[in-house]
Amino acid sequence: MARRRVVITGLGTINPLGQSVVDTWQQARSGASGVTRITHFDPTEFRAQIAAEVEGFDPEVYIPRKEVRRLDRNAQFFWAASAQALQDADLAYEEDDPAALRAGVACGSGIGGIITFQDEVGVLRDRGPNRVSPLAITKIISNMAGGLASIEFNLFGPNICTVTACAASANAIGDAAEIIRRDDADVMLAGGSEAGIVELSVASFASARALSTRNDDPERASRPFDADRDGFVMGEGAAVLVLEERQHALDRGAAIYGEVMGYGMSADGYHITMPRPGGAGAARAMSHSLRDAGLEPGDIDYINAHGTSTPANDSTETAAVKAAFGDIAYKIPMSSTKSMTGHLLGGAGALEALLCVLAIRDGVLPPTINYETPDPDCDLDYVPNEAREATVNYAMSNSFGFGGHNVALVFGPPS
Amino acid sequence: MDRSEIESKMVDLLVEELGIERDKIAMGSKFEEDLEVDSLGVVELLMALEDNFDVNIPDEEAENITTVSEAVDIVATKVNG
Repeated sequence: MARRRVVITGLGTINPLGQSVVDTWQQARSGASGVTRITHFDPTEFRAQIAAEVEGFDPEVYIPRKEVRRLDRNAQFFWAASAQALQDADLAYEEDDPAALRAGVACGSGIGGIITFQDEVGVLRDRGPNRVSPLAITKIISNMAGGLASIEFNLFGPNICTVTACAASANAIGDAAEIIRRDDADVMLAGGSEAGIVELSVASFASARALSTRNDDPERASRPFDADRDGFVMGEGAAVLVLEERQHALDRGAAIYGEVMGYGMSADGYHITMPRPGGAGAARAMSHSLRDAGLEPGDIDYINAHGTSTPANDSTETAAVKAAFGDIAYKIPMSSTKSMTGHLLGGAGALEALLCVLAIRDGVLPPTINYETPDPDCDLDYVPNEAREATVNYAMSNSFGFGGHNVALVFGPPS
Repeated sequence: MDRSEIESKMVDLLVEELGIERDKIAMGSKFEEDLEVDSLGVVELLMALEDNFDVNIPDEEAENITTVSEAVDIVATKVNG
């Protein structure tokens, strides 16, 4: 029996570049930066004082006021992106709709409701246990974004949450595609969200020396593959893709953006934060995704890199791409859109999958901005500074998480 | 504190703390049926009442509160001794 095929029929996103797919894509094509000095709190005492924030997000555009206050910002982002994606896919389910039983959710998040976590620890410390909110836990747990989506949008099929740090939403998309392939659902909302620009996480990432400290030049701080890169820049937001079994989409006349072709995973098994030198783990994830897609290295027209702008990631990822693709690596354009969006952590994989899908649709490669000084250890074509027109049939998106989680996804054209 | 003051403050808390629309709230409104406040919401309200009126409402007393008016009653009793 032929494998069920999985296509993409809806997109939604809230991120530092824009609060819609149209705005995001326009900004990404123009090479805009979403990075500024942090405004969510006073960062004066912090080693890293910059981030890519979602400015002026009004949750009440999407969520009833009564519900807004019961959701962490992380879940608000996911709700908003889900609402956009379902509308884009022209899908809506009533509570008694049998099709709702075949529609599910896969959400990814790295650190869930960490804003609430920090706030409620403060309440516990300052005011005692009897003043901790009854909603603290429901706002903190990462899976609640998906739980809420099922409640709000009547999605009664499989409902899972992936928490593989910065690979979380790439895993969500891959796992959701697998759920559809094995006939457990016809439609899956798949993506992830993060809202971690809060004192606790900024301080910890900074202490780990993972963040850029280019505080006096925020827009140029996220500079993947550049020789002068000095760490990643935190971002926030969400992206959601509507995945759908291909015949199901064709039968209802849905507009199809593209297809989820391949999903590959591996573990570095090496260190809690550092990638395995040489990138063998990441390379295996890429090779697995190609095999799953039934493609050869030469079929890939574009790679959206994990490309965090940390010294270790970018050189190791470059080595990994060479290990997986051989000499063909030099001919495949590979950009890091984190140069513009910052690093959405658990939301990154989904946002970058979304950008791959748009790259395929429009034949445009979003750039790596702030690329100025070549690094001998990073010698591939990084689509420096300006978007590029190119025919893109197949695109790969890489996502790697603390803990050594490696994920690669391959996307293809609609036909 | 007179009753109308407590009523007014109660409505403010329901709007501010639970996000309920002001014009939906009447003294006879039932929390669960009329205002769609679930069990977690009731706990939130109790904590807000304790903070704002500086009273202590034990769970066994809280169990009897089903309407806005009953919540006002219990606060009035506590505040005014």
